[in-house]
Amino acid sequence: MTTAPADAAIHASLKGVTRIYPGAGGNKPVHALGPVDLDLRRGEFFGVVGPSGCGKSTLLEVLAGLQQPTAGTVNFEGKPVMGEVPDGIGVVFQEDASFPWLTVWDNAAFGLRRAGIDEAETRRRVDDVLAFMGLKDFARAYPAQLSGGMRQRVCIARTLVLQPRLILLDEPFGALDAQTRLLMGDEVLRLWRRTGATVLLITHALDEAAMLSDRIGAMSARPGRFMDIVETHWPRERDSTIVGEVAFGEITGRLWENLRGESLKSLGYAGMAAAE
Amino acid sequence: MIATRRAADTLVILIVLVLAWQVLHQIVGATALPGPLPTLSYLAKFVPTARFWENAEATLVAFFYALVLSYAIGLSLGVWMGIHRLSGAVGEPILISIYTLPKITLYPVVLLIFGLSLSGRVTFGAMHGILPVAILTMNAIRNIPPVYLKAARTLHLSRRQTIVTVLLPATLPEVVAGLRIGFTLTLLGVLLAEMFAAKSGLGFLIINAMSLLQTEEMITVAVMLFLFAAVANALLLWMEHKLHRRA
Amino acid sequence: MSRVGWIRLAVIVIAVGALEFACQFGFINRKVVIPPSEMAVALGKLLASGQANGEIARTFGIIVLAIAIAVVLGFAIGVVIHALPRLRQALDPFFATYYAVPIFIFYPVMVAIFGLSVIPIVLIGVATAIVAMIMATLNGLDRIPRVLSKVARVHRMGAVATALRLKLPAAAPYLFTGVKLAVSYGFIAVIASEFILAPAGLGRVISDAYSDFNNPRMYALMLLLIIVATFVNMVLHAFDQRWAERRGIGRP
Ligand SMILES: Nc1ncnc2c1ncn2[C@@H]1O[C@H](COP(=O)(O)OP(=O)(O)OP(=O)(O)O)[C@@H](O)[C@H]1O
Ligand SMILES: [Mg+2]
Repeated sequence: MTTAPADAAIHASLKGVTRIYPGAGGNKPVHALGPVDLDLRRGEFFGVVGPSGCGKSTLLEVLAGLQQPTAGTVNFEGKPVMGEVPDGIGVVFQEDASFPWLTVWDNAAFGLRRAGIDEAETRRRVDDVLAFMGLKDFARAYPAQLSGGMRQRVCIARTLVLQPRLILLDEPFGALDAQTRLLMGDEVLRLWRRTGATVLLITHALDEAAMLSDRIGAMSARPGRFMDIVETHWPRERDSTIVGEVAFGEITGRLWENLRGESLKSLGYAGMAAAE
Repeated sequence: MIATRRAADTLVILIVLVLAWQVLHQIVGATALPGPLPTLSYLAKFVPTARFWENAEATLVAFFYALVLSYAIGLSLGVWMGIHRLSGAVGEPILISIYTLPKITLYPVVLLIFGLSLSGRVTFGAMHGILPVAILTMNAIRNIPPVYLKAARTLHLSRRQTIVTVLLPATLPEVVAGLRIGFTLTLLGVLLAEMFAAKSGLGFLIINAMSLLQTEEMITVAVMLFLFAAVANALLLWMEHKLHRRA
Repeated sequence: MSRVGWIRLAVIVIAVGALEFACQFGFINRKVVIPPSEMAVALGKLLASGQANGEIARTFGIIVLAIAIAVVLGFAIGVVIHALPRLRQALDPFFATYYAVPIFIFYPVMVAIFGLSVIPIVLIGVATAIVAMIMATLNGLDRIPRVLSKVARVHRMGAVATALRLKLPAAAPYLFTGVKLAVSYGFIAVIASEFILAPAGLGRVISDAYSDFNNPRMYALMLLLIIVATFVNMVLHAFDQRWAERRGIGRP
């Protein structure tokens, strides 16, 4: 029995979600995720942090309908997600997924052309999103001519142009230096405010999560579960300058407290973690 | 265990190929294509004969000289064009165009110059082998990461030490790859020369057998050449792998 | 043109000029090499007279046919092998040795089987070119980023659309490298078989001219082959280069 949209404030939810990768070719099955329960509130910015390999990308792909959970259910806008990416979800992947054979402009237009949107509307929306992402001057360039950060912006533009209501970002700035990442963070905040979409951002940088999110889920080592969910109470109008606030230090401190042992575990220092 | 399974799979394919040979033989008849078994028994008879070894020797001698020339000229050219950047930039497209040319077209010129002599066959073989050796050597030298040279400088290595301990090991794997391709193409060049015009050599033997409709002999020679090239290639590949692992 | 380009042109002009000079002034025997200018004139006359048109059409027709078969079939076989990893592993040693053995020595065997006709020439052309295309296809398919199939699902694309719009363009530069190799290998193999043993064709005509001491005819057709081969290879190379640059392939 799926519940009726009882709570209109809940945009997407995971209930008892587990993901076990079946062992292929003589490998042991990998219990990557769960069980996980999570309610994403409509319009919130939710950050996910966790040690490497704890199942963050798996969580995102299950939520997007790219993978079937081994157990549990996924809901998006009151409807179950089943084996297909629902309309209204946009995904930016951890890997660079820009199309090297298309210009930046054609990359951004890809989804609109697939959807058969007419040429004038396509042009308007693509120009708009490229201007918003600061890629206007590179519209005719090919991805290979851009830096890694700009290529990720191309992928974000390609996703945004379809006006998703839920945006899933998987470590989009993982390869960037710390300063550029803070600035990219500002950009993500800007797009979040402008689109009014719900955002789920996966990151391995605690400061990034603390600065951007309304709530942050801290995941355990594999199999990933949420150990703690931290509310930040930031105002909606915020930017990277909040890294100077006292509360910022407290939030990152609390996250690190949760994650230190888990990170050690995932590195294989089981003994050290137990000794604490 | 996985390795044995893989070897077994490869063996299965080999058997399939031999069966395909047998089937083709059955379709086209014994004069056009003798079956695998008669060929094998012919091979056992023919390979020990003096006729085979005289011709094999002719080929091997021409091939040996051609290979020495290919390697000597190819390596010098490659080293020069790798170190002297301008020559490399100017010459690379020229070398690549010549590399992709059907060089057999030029064989009559070689014949007009050298006649039906050993030197003609050697020259033609070397014409095939020089280019890959030169091109890969040049690339190997160009692709040395500049940081290696900087490191050599910070370690106060002398010029000779730099060459022996840094440049040589860094370029060796790719150079050996060039030598391997040069080996194959030099052999091909010598054989083409013998097939086109010669009175001895394995290439001549094949064409001669073909015109006398001695298909068994023709295939026997082809198989022997095939084995020789495959074994040599495997050896050179093995060397290359060892160098790569160490590098 | 760049400085390097000018120098290269100068080198070529000087080389041809030196040959011309050496031939004109008797340093090189005319019975061996005729001056390049005479080669060009002879080629012009031969083309104008239309005498060799049939042979030219025949040879280039065979080359195009062999290359087309090798590319299409090689791609198809590559796709199949890529889908069967176990078969691919088993075939690995064969691919590694294929171009190390002089496959061309099997040309006479094919003549013995199929007779002295177009068929063995096309077959040896295909056999020489196809494995390069198969290996390029395998490489291209390997290089398709796995994230593309996820992107396809986010855009709810079907299998056909995914293959045509995402996978094919992603693999295209690597496939093109295969085409380039197939063209040059096919060319070489067809010309070589015509030289060694063929009822007709440019290679045969050149080798006949050699036996008849007809140097103008021989050098004219040689020049033609060299010009065509160089031109085709240059065009393909330029294409490849531009593609590689745009896609940032082969550079750090
Ligand atoms: N297709 C798969 N088959 C088998 N195991 C997988 C597969 N994908 C992921 N895994 C394993 O599942 C675990 C979780 O993977 P996942 O990619 O979700 O981690 P992550 O938290 O995103 O890691 P990272 O921080 O490195 O991106 C890892 O141990 C990984 O090796
Ligand atoms: Mg991940």
